[in-house]
Amino acid sequence: MERRAALFEYLLRLGDSCLVLGHRVSEWCGHAPELEEDIALANVALDLTGQADMLLGYAARIEGKGRDADALAFLRDAWDFRNLLLCERANGDFAHTIVRQFLFDAWQAELYAALARSTDAGLAGIAAKGVKEAQYHLRHSGEWVVRLGDGTDESHARAQAALDEFWPFTGEMFETDAVATELIAAGIAPDMTPVEAAWMRTVDDVLAQATLARPKSGWMQTGGSKGRHGEELGHLLATMQFLPRAYPGAKW
Amino acid sequence: MVNAAATLDDPRVVLAWEALAGVMDPEVPVLSVVDLGIVRAVRADASGIAIDLTPTYTGCPATAAIRLDVENAIEAAGLGRPRIALVNAPAWTTDWIGPDAREKLRAYGIAPPAGKASELKAALFAEDPVLACPRCGSTDTRLTGRFGSTACKSLHACNACAEPFEHFKCI
Repeated sequence: MERRAALFEYLLRLGDSCLVLGHRVSEWCGHAPELEEDIALANVALDLTGQADMLLGYAARIEGKGRDADALAFLRDAWDFRNLLLCERANGDFAHTIVRQFLFDAWQAELYAALARSTDAGLAGIAAKGVKEAQYHLRHSGEWVVRLGDGTDESHARAQAALDEFWPFTGEMFETDAVATELIAAGIAPDMTPVEAAWMRTVDDVLAQATLARPKSGWMQTGGSKGRHGEELGHLLATMQFLPRAYPGAKW
Repeated sequence: MVNAAATLDDPRVVLAWEALAGVMDPEVPVLSVVDLGIVRAVRADASGIAIDLTPTYTGCPATAAIRLDVENAIEAAGLGRPRIALVNAPAWTTDWIGPDAREKLRAYGIAPPAGKASELKAALFAEDPVLACPRCGSTDTRLTGRFGSTACKSLHACNACAEPFEHFKCI
């Protein structure tokens, strides 16, 4: 695969995951279980949306077809999205939202730390900025996983159920296909083996403190990076994209 | 003041830095964009002034407003409309906020960044730094929320004087 095309594809994967999860988390705004958590989730959503803006803006410049971050965010349909399937999953209860966020934050913090050493200066710059935000998010979601898992019987059961449900979506985070292989060879993307090992250490450390059991890694979901998504993404996009599609060129 | 020395011989650069020192952060109006360390370079050439800005947080909603304020301030100083470039690297850090600016924050009621980001422990659950209440000075304070009213702040309360306060997060 041609390197520029591979980088565009890779940036879409990173940017779409931020955008879709950022939108999901923003759905909690005004609905979180306590005021401080409402503010926290809105802040996390804002950071993720900001990262998506940078990543998709860079993707658009690499593509060089006159599109911008907004065009990529609002004028593509589900099959053109490259996000991790984990990111599009519905919020469910608070435990589901927190466990999903923890699995993602732990991955993103390790990936950004590695990407900060990318041979591609544009990507390295975004990652070096994003890693500070990702580590801060991880601390927040990690503390909540411990509080829920090591909390009441009810919160423990809900956190374990969320973990069991989302675990098969974690394999996708570490897939290495032709796009990744091309970029790894050029030093643009990192080898995912050490990233996965570091992620697993973080997960095991937090789950042990949370008295939660790590599910067995068996069959894993896949397809997000190829544009094969669940029905839930279409519903999310319908909400997120309605305004710019109904009123093309609308300005704030 | 990054890159200031290299072009200090051009008086327009000095005037530009002076103008920038008067552009306040819309969310934290006691700090200028220079205090915050988000002005990374100012250059002058035949076509006018060029300024490199770096965002604090990727999603900071104030970035667009700050950019416009910077453009207007440079123009008002008689230096023409500047060319603005947003640069990501090196990533912004609160280590660029100097002692004077930290004191301005404290006097405004916001606890300044505690310590240096570059010396923070990377451990996931590393202990939080001890914060002094910006109102009474007591170090008997507690964290009430890791996130606050803007991306750059967290929420705290003082056990001594019972006042809530914000902390400019150390990143």
